Amino acid sequence: MYQVGNLVKELTDKHGRARENLMPILQGIVEKHNYLTDEAMVEVAKELEISAAEVYGTASFYSFLDTKVRGKYVIRICKTITCSMKGKAEIIQTLEDMLKIKVGETTSDKMFSLLETNCIGWCHKAPAILINEIPYTELTPEKVVEIIKSYMQK
Amino acid sequence: MENIKGLTKVDLIFEKISPKEVLTKAYSMKSEEIIQQILDSGLKGRGGAGFPTGLKWKYAAAGKDSEKYIVCNADEGEPGTFKDREILDRVSYKVYGGMAIASRAIGAKKGIVYLRGEYRFLLPQLMKELESFHNMIDEIGYDFRIRYCMGSGAYICGEESALFESIQGDRGEPRNKPPYPTTSGVFYKPTSINNVETLVTVVMIIKHGAEKYNLLGTKDSRGSKVFSISGDTPTPGIFELELGMTVQQFVNEFGDGDTKAVQVGGASGFCVPRKKFNETIIGFEGVPTGGSMKLFNSSRSMYNVLHNYLDFFAEESCGQCTPCRVGCQQLLKGVEKVKKGDVKSTYLNELVKLADTMKVASKCGLGQSVGNAFRTIVENFREEIIY
Repeated sequence: MYQVGNLVKELTDKHGRARENLMPILQGIVEKHNYLTDEAMVEVAKELEISAAEVYGTASFYSFLDTKVRGKYVIRICKTITCSMKGKAEIIQTLEDMLKIKVGETTSDKMFSLLETNCIGWCHKAPAILINEIPYTELTPEKVVEIIKSYMQK
Repeated sequence: MENIKGLTKVDLIFEKISPKEVLTKAYSMKSEEIIQQILDSGLKGRGGAGFPTGLKWKYAAAGKDSEKYIVCNADEGEPGTFKDREILDRVSYKVYGGMAIASRAIGAKKGIVYLRGEYRFLLPQLMKELESFHNMIDEIGYDFRIRYCMGSGAYICGEESALFESIQGDRGEPRNKPPYPTTSGVFYKPTSINNVETLVTVVMIIKHGAEKYNLLGTKDSRGSKVFSISGDTPTPGIFELELGMTVQQFVNEFGDGDTKAVQVGGASGFCVPRKKFNETIIGFEGVPTGGSMKLFNSSRSMYNVLHNYLDFFAEESCGQCTPCRVGCQQLLKGVEKVKKGDVKSTYLNELVKLADTMKVASKCGLGQSVGNAFRTIVENFREEIIY
């Protein structure tokens, strides 16, 4: 759990307090803290003078606006057909072994979350994953090990 | 058949041009002249639905509101489609150029690019290019500004009215139509929403003229198209091809020698089995596509393909209307039951009926098109679904 502090205020100052600015504000919180807490959503509702239910309603609609605890690095593995055909299962196995978590879980040190996602637009370079916003493509188990190691050292 | 032209590679979309030249030309044209050029070109929307672009602009231009919008739909989410990312990455100035031309045509001063969250890594570069673009059009005299709105991982937001809802900060749930976007779009103002590739094509039509553009393609499918090619192919990637080829001609070029089916148009598109390769034209006279072309060889189980698509739809259905929400789940559970042998194989016929009902009763294109892949896979590969 994080303290939302001045972030909501900073974001609402930057984007504005109109209803249409809700998405960039929520995206800004996720960018910094990886997920949305109830407190953060209530805070946003107060600043925008709308109901907290509306904020939650919007947030819960979008798969990248997580309302559950997520790690610093969210790994999203594409599970759509081409990535499945080109070795997704091996990639998941490698990630699970390395991070000692299953798909859907977060490591106890809150560094990594492992999730599946729908087509991310790299079918010609399958299998592919996103780590936060960065895509990694044409993966092999060896490549995945190297990539995760580099994140562990960050 | 007169509308078969064979497979020809084209370089129009990614061709490097001087945008200032084209935009200066467009600036000197009247709104009606621009719209007439686009109408004459026969251009149909490149996102998949294929609505004539000129007509869309004509309707939006007729709107009396002083505030109008040009929205670029860059929420490319159809499984197997990745051409818009490549277009934005390589020639974003042509996308912005198409928006500026559209702004002259319909009389809009504001443009919005809605970019899917999965492509956020492109944003810093795109913003930089946008800044130079704004400087350039200011010099010509355009009164037009473009801004970005980011998606956050929802396939349904590629549906135009869901996309508007998302820009407005709401859940991406499609609206009832009519009213259509040209009367009531984003912020309920007259809006022309166009696909990334459509906007680039517009620039090339203004550059070369409708007559020259008309030489490409067929009567029903004018021009060329950027295809996203993946699956069992030795050459996956992005290729611009003239419209008017058969699936067979396509497979001859991109297949691995063992292609048993091609899924044209992604999960919401149509499955073409080998026996129909020769008779099926890729385009509006045959199987339309937003660009997604997936090849499957004989080592693949079409049950797995269908199951993957249904799982996708069950997750991505926005849940607002019952036929789509419940229908997607029941189709998924249904094929699983048939596969396990829990129900008779004739249960598949009931499921096809359900998919047909969804086509009629669903609120938007998502629920309406689940039946395309379902019916064509079940009809052509029935034994693979059952055994």
